[in-house]
Amino acid sequence: MKANTHFAFFDEGSKKEIRRATLKAVAIPGYQVPFASREMPIARGWGTGGLQLTLSLIGQTDVLKVIDQGSDESVNAVSIKKLVQDTTGVQLTECTEEADIIQSRHRIPECSLTKEQILVLQVPIPEPLRAIEEREYMTKRMHAEDDYSGAWLMLFEQIMKFGKTATTADHPVSVHDRYVMAPSPIPRFDNPKMDHSEALILLGAGREKKIYAVPPYTSVKSLAFEDYPFTVESFEGAHCHLCGAVDVFLDELIDHEKGATIYQCNDSAYCIEQLNKQEKVEVESTYA
Amino acid sequence: MHETPILRVENLCKQYGTGCQECQDKERNSVEKNYCKSCGTVFAVRDISLDLYRGEILGIVGESGSGKSTMMQCLYFDTDITSGAAYINRPGKENENVFELSSQQKRMIRNHDYGMVYQNPVHGLKMNFSSIGNIAEKLIAAGNRNVSDMEATGKRLLTNVHIPLHRMKEEPEKFSGGMQQRVQIAKALSNNPPILFLDEVTTGLDLSVQANVLDLIKKIQRELQISMIVVSHDLAVIRMLADRTIVMLNGEIIEEGLTDQVLEDPQHAYTQQLVYSLL
Amino acid sequence: MGYVPVKGGTQAIDASIKRVKFERLKGQAILEIETILSTMRALVDQVMSESSLYSPQLAALAIKQAEGSMEEAVFLMRAHRSTLPRLYYSESVETDAMFVERRISASFKDIPGGQLLGATYDYTHRLLDFNLINEKKADNTQWLQSYAEELQEVKVEETVERYPKVVEYLRKEGLFEQYEMDNTEPEDITKQNLEFPASRSARLQVLTRGQTGALTSLAYASLRGYGEVHPTVGEVRVGSLPIYVKHPNEEDGSEDEEFYIGDIQVTEVESFVPVHVKNENNEEELEFEIGYGICYGQNETKTIAMSILDQCLEHLNDEFPTHDEEFVLLHIDSVESSGFISHLKLPHYVTFQSKLDSIRQVKKGVQVNES
Repeated sequence: MKANTHFAFFDEGSKKEIRRATLKAVAIPGYQVPFASREMPIARGWGTGGLQLTLSLIGQTDVLKVIDQGSDESVNAVSIKKLVQDTTGVQLTECTEEADIIQSRHRIPECSLTKEQILVLQVPIPEPLRAIEEREYMTKRMHAEDDYSGAWLMLFEQIMKFGKTATTADHPVSVHDRYVMAPSPIPRFDNPKMDHSEALILLGAGREKKIYAVPPYTSVKSLAFEDYPFTVESFEGAHCHLCGAVDVFLDELIDHEKGATIYQCNDSAYCIEQLNKQEKVEVESTYA
Repeated sequence: MHETPILRVENLCKQYGTGCQECQDKERNSVEKNYCKSCGTVFAVRDISLDLYRGEILGIVGESGSGKSTMMQCLYFDTDITSGAAYINRPGKENENVFELSSQQKRMIRNHDYGMVYQNPVHGLKMNFSSIGNIAEKLIAAGNRNVSDMEATGKRLLTNVHIPLHRMKEEPEKFSGGMQQRVQIAKALSNNPPILFLDEVTTGLDLSVQANVLDLIKKIQRELQISMIVVSHDLAVIRMLADRTIVMLNGEIIEEGLTDQVLEDPQHAYTQQLVYSLL
Repeated sequence: MGYVPVKGGTQAIDASIKRVKFERLKGQAILEIETILSTMRALVDQVMSESSLYSPQLAALAIKQAEGSMEEAVFLMRAHRSTLPRLYYSESVETDAMFVERRISASFKDIPGGQLLGATYDYTHRLLDFNLINEKKADNTQWLQSYAEELQEVKVEETVERYPKVVEYLRKEGLFEQYEMDNTEPEDITKQNLEFPASRSARLQVLTRGQTGALTSLAYASLRGYGEVHPTVGEVRVGSLPIYVKHPNEEDGSEDEEFYIGDIQVTEVESFVPVHVKNENNEEELEFEIGYGICYGQNETKTIAMSILDQCLEHLNDEFPTHDEEFVLLHIDSVESSGFISHLKLPHYVTFQSKLDSIRQVKKGVQVNES
């Protein structure tokens, strides 16, 4: 009764099917390609879309990095890494530059990715128009007819009510001036990283059974009116209390002793790298 | 008149049901009013042709069930037609039957060439969005991406229809029926559409409010030179607004002409009945 | 700090996995798969049905591993199912070939073949039986023996008789429409994404693997008034069906070439629902339509619920969520709903930070305007 698991969990037929959907997604930037999403050994909503992409793509020589909300050591990132490694034996890394495939939930790494790399994003709700129209039957038609006035109207209403757009993470983007796409709940801070990205970006929604993509060097514009430009989260005057970095997405922490607010790089691998660099400089200067 | 109409409708038909041999055969006479006794098919709009000229108001009058609202819905692509053609006088596209266009192209026409005011504001407005947002929706759909610009247009239109600007951020669901209707008119006008459809816009409003809305429509026509098709069961409304009038009964045109003419000297028995009841 | 420190996630997970194993082992009792199979029939049936994988053995293993948690057991089975390549589709099954164990009709007292109660809790009184606390094997053996003796006295028919379907009799009377045999290849929702409007075959597949509680609740809502289907149960039957596959390489399709691969036990329900239809002369007539339900194992409530929802979705109606196929079909899957609800336990630090920023910026903006 005991069955041997396949390389990368799936049988080859399943992998091919997922790759076919992926190719279609790459061919039609920003378009959500339906696929027969499989049940995975981790729960729906816990990154099964990203995981299926990763497993369908990964080969024996690939190096994998998995992050969750910026952290390599977040429990769910660890759990996903463990599953992939148990079924493939591939090498894992925390260093962004070393990775061939980077699976991430809700963040794009701080250091820019290269054309050798693939970024796989986990998506909870792939439909950018879902808040406006709950029916899939309708939203599909709206995409087909290039009818995005609803998405823009939401932004307009926010400006009327609050004097500015009040979107949080998952701010909708227009891909290749055609499809409006949910970038997954990455902070607005990460939206610009998608624009003309050198790396292929794949987005997978397991529960909603959709795959979509931003091919390399593709235009990705965050929806914004001419006179109310798109803005990212502000960390004005703040820096990472560990490595000193500014211009990165910061986590807000409470210093328990002083009761004050301190900040720390959300991208933990980036932070450690900065710290290592500083140490190296220090060591070198001490010996010099 | 040698002027080209801005909207030309030819042989428009709309039926509910598949029809049968009985009702296709005119001689068998199975159709009573617009209903086939044999198969239950309803012939809501039967072979309607009409022209709408620049800057005129064309009135369509008839009792409820005469097919006038259905015809309007067909023209605005709210419902599919059974057969027929419509041509809009747009540069280079004069000979395009708009019913044969893709749904995307139809949407373009709705956003750029048409404005619609429904009898029930629920159909024309997003009741839980701000009034200014409702106007912006139409502008956004037509490609505007400038908030201040849209806000200015919205304010001008709302002022025109007498909605106090301090209420522009409120949702129409909080407004009275007359106010909702005026917001709907403002929305329909937002893109300066060359063609405006008005479907029983004053039905259900108080008399004083009715007069108000009718004045507004008259003013818009005078100032903006928009062509309008006004559908109403109320001859008084038609008399006040329309230059030319079409009388519909059981899905067919039974009489048409200059409004004065139709009112002074009605030819068809049904029209005579209508006119005398008005006097 | 929470559970996402810069380092240490790996150790924390390992410790947590150990702890959950400890919870299962600490009582020092071993639950045999055999025990689950022979004493927890209902649980096994429910797990097989919701996971849409027919294997009592694996279901029992899943139940054991999941410490009896339904959602976990179904989850385990589904994940296992994903690793199995689909090699064959079975030949279609005629359910009147069922070896019936139980069969009742709520529509007719006297159905051809008669009512057969079989094994059911329906007529038991739900009183806790405290004798089971100290159940003795010897007593059970003795009970079984005397039951076997009782059965000896029952007259056995010479031949095995098939139970004809109740609906066939009504069809002969013209109360049901005669349909042409439709042999369109059904869709396979595990191979193709569900699209709307959904085909009936896709709809039935989603319903049969739906979560028992979800189906029951929605069908109940429809009966109570949030829907328009008020059925009579024409027939509930429980029994086993033989499954055949074609020879993979021989295409001629004669029945002799089919291979018997085993039996499955199913519950099948046909509900009769009166509907208004127009006849050729355009007059209103009443006719019956059939809501259909079928599930692995003995799952009667779920199967009846399925038959109600099938009929609801045959008549789409915006007024009721139970008649809205996206509402019903997209929200009843156990693995999907429990997964998305439980994902809320994952850290949302970045998204929350983004929300904080948005609220602060809006507040700032308002202050500027006021001053």
